[in-house]
Amino acid sequence: MTKSELIEAIAARGGLTKARAEEVVNSLFEAMTAALRRGEGIELRGFGSFSVREYKGYDGRNPLTGTAVAVPPKRLPFFRPGKDLRELVDQSRLGGPITGED
Amino acid sequence: MSAPSPPRKSAHVTKADLAEAIHQQVPGLSKTHAAELVALVFDTLKETLGRGEKIKISGFGNFMLRDKKPRLGRNPKTAEPMTIEGRRVLTFRPSPILRDELNADAEQERPAP
Repeated sequence: MTKSELIEAIAARGGLTKARAEEVVNSLFEAMTAALRRGEGIELRGFGSFSVREYKGYDGRNPLTGTAVAVPPKRLPFFRPGKDLRELVDQSRLGGPITGED
Repeated sequence: MSAPSPPRKSAHVTKADLAEAIHQQVPGLSKTHAAELVALVFDTLKETLGRGEKIKISGFGNFMLRDKKPRLGRNPKTAEPMTIEGRRVLTFRPSPILRDELNADAEQERPAP
């Protein structure tokens, strides 16, 4: 499923125009991005949770030239599926191979 | 007078907060309707993943599925050899756009090359 397919599904299931569903879906992911940007986690009951993990910077080396390079600290988003979703995904194995575009 | 509430261990956002944000953002969308739509989005994502279908949200990230093969392991208590069954797991791969968003402040502090 792609974002545009999600938008179509929300339009159909929610009885919205596609344009309206697009606004809703876009502002949802924008709000989630904004929360993670603030360093806040997101807890979605029945689905899972997102958190931000901080990685310290360190002095690295270019493996080819041996030159010292400072690796800056970084923040990465991390998702942990809820128990429900984990079990649902595992059970989907019985239904056949993984689908969706690459 | 009530005692001051303890500081929240770590701030986190819930579906209600997301519904509030969407209600603010999309003109004419009530808070109640926004909340229904937030639930509908995560239900749809969950059902899709539950059918074994992966999801790609451009600009945010991909929810990928992977089949893990069965492998031999040991019961850590009894040291008894046993087969660990195959399973299907879900992982989230953030889009480069999201990764950049989270590091935008650090980017500005970094000295120019």
